[in-house]
Amino acid sequence: MVEYAIVAENLTKMFNGNIVAVDNVSFKVNEGEIFGLLGPNGAGKTTTINMLTTVLKPTKGRASILGYDVVKNASMVRRLIGVVPQEYTADEDLTGFENLILCGDLYGIPRDVSKKLAIELLELMELTKFKDKKVETYSGGMRRRLELACGLINRPRVLFLDEPTLGLDVQTRSAIWNYIKKLKEEYNITILMTTHYMEEADSLCDRIAIIDHGKIVVSGTPEELKNSVGSDVMEIMIREKEDVTEIIENITYVKEVHRRDDGSYIVKLEDGETVAPMIIENLRRNGYHVIKLSISKPTLDEVFLTYTGRALRDSEEGREAILSQRITLKKARR
Amino acid sequence: MNIEIYDRSVFKAMLQGFWGLTSRELKKWMKEPIILFMAIIQPIMWMVLFGKSMNIGAIFSSSTITNMIIPDIKIPGYLLNPPVDGVVTIPGSVASEIVRNMLSGISSKAVESVFGVSDYFSYLAVGMISMITIFTSTFSGMSIVWDRRLGFLYKVLSTPVPRTAIILSKMFNAAIRSIFQSTIILLLAIFLGIKFSPTFSLMSLVAIYIAIFLFSAGLSSLFLAFALRSTRHETQMAIVNLFTMPLMFTSNAFFPTTLMPEWLQGIARVNPVSYITDALRQLTIYQINYEILLTDFIYLTAFATILSTIGIVLSWKYLTK
Repeated sequence: MVEYAIVAENLTKMFNGNIVAVDNVSFKVNEGEIFGLLGPNGAGKTTTINMLTTVLKPTKGRASILGYDVVKNASMVRRLIGVVPQEYTADEDLTGFENLILCGDLYGIPRDVSKKLAIELLELMELTKFKDKKVETYSGGMRRRLELACGLINRPRVLFLDEPTLGLDVQTRSAIWNYIKKLKEEYNITILMTTHYMEEADSLCDRIAIIDHGKIVVSGTPEELKNSVGSDVMEIMIREKEDVTEIIENITYVKEVHRRDDGSYIVKLEDGETVAPMIIENLRRNGYHVIKLSISKPTLDEVFLTYTGRALRDSEEGREAILSQRITLKKARR
Repeated sequence: MNIEIYDRSVFKAMLQGFWGLTSRELKKWMKEPIILFMAIIQPIMWMVLFGKSMNIGAIFSSSTITNMIIPDIKIPGYLLNPPVDGVVTIPGSVASEIVRNMLSGISSKAVESVFGVSDYFSYLAVGMISMITIFTSTFSGMSIVWDRRLGFLYKVLSTPVPRTAIILSKMFNAAIRSIFQSTIILLLAIFLGIKFSPTFSLMSLVAIYIAIFLFSAGLSSLFLAFALRSTRHETQMAIVNLFTMPLMFTSNAFFPTTLMPEWLQGIARVNPVSYITDALRQLTIYQINYEILLTDFIYLTAFATILSTIGIVLSWKYLTK
């Protein structure tokens, strides 16, 4: 029997009786996997996380963490999970070390143990140098690392990361990604993360579920998803003026050829790298010379566009969410 | 990876979570002296400006009647004891002296019989301890709203810390702040000349702190309960503003209830502010009446127990939406 780290079955959350924030969401996450919920702001990612972390009660459906129901066994679930919310929750007036001890207190970890764990985690997140500095002096990246450390203080088996790089600059973001990868390797922890950055989901997650308007639109590995929208796109230009559409079309794997006015060709095909030499070879045999060729792979952006019919952009949100995000951004950019 | 789950007694874990949260709030509070200053400035203004200017005892006192011209008083001799012949004349200057002394004696007795003490400043100064406790306790709900808004509450709710500990930490924080601020008010009142009764002792001070604690615990639980599901601090502000003024004025904090119309007296009799204020006055400026003091404490204990129980039970149900 396969033991799942996270199981969500028809998870639904309605607010004020009629606003459906999360709509019949079902997914399973294997142990040791990084699972990503990808979607625009306001899609229901955070609400889903809040239900899985026992902060909100599902209106319908059920969910379990390592076999423990999030409603009936909430206190057991809380001990097994670590949560890193979207907001910066560390107290600015306290030092990084003090914040970690506070987190430890919330889990009832004896002080002598939590002090050791705190030192170890500060080391892991490379914050040792700043451990006795007040958090208000931390940069966005340092704060995020401290939040990660706080989420790990109880040695969770499942870690929830809500928008772990929101508002951070590109370099800091990739640094955070490295920390997350390191976590997975070092602790073999199961991670459920939400993000609205395509490249983040692509580079970190083993599997992704795209969520929009509270519903899971599609899920799979990043590769599967990209392959499902099809095809690589190749752009070819030949020296000769003749129309060679037919020659290219006759090659297996090629799905579609379109000749542009400037004489170049847009070719949709599968497995572009392998097929490209065949195309070049075929054209040469017919006396044509390829002078330019480029292949572009499908991105998750295209996946999103294909499945939701629109580009990834922010949906409308409540005033509260906007305010809290603004505060988060302000702190991140310090 | 080895998983350590700390199977300690629920009580011990709760105590640790409770202490962690309480010390967080206290540390935050201590690092922002401006908050303390802002909270305490209003009661101080009342005490210093209003308390000192409302010199009720002086209305009938010598200074107000200096300009009164009293003519010579002629008294027929047979009215005197023993009777004398003829008419006895008391010069106006002597008469006004006598009247003056008499009136000022009466006025201070009148003030004392109404306020329980002969000077209004002492009376009001103790009322201001109630006021600062009301301010501090009613605002306790705000911190839950902010914690929810900044995401801290969601993080805390996702940990195994008992919900009771969350409410208790806020309650304790309000009570400790109230006690600290009351001490400042009391010291200032001493500096400005509050007149303690002879029964005031170190034990009274302990009892004062207990009374403040009970009152603050009850009142803050009520406002924490209001704030459990709230996400807007404006709403919370409105609730606080709606309650504080009536709470103050339907009690004996500014004026004795005996001077109020019947219907207002009825409200004042159930208003917890009357009981905390009376308990504080018994312990500081009044000659202690142990029977009344006991009633005050019984009421305050019941107030604290009932409201904190309600607050805690509601937090189990409503803190998680």
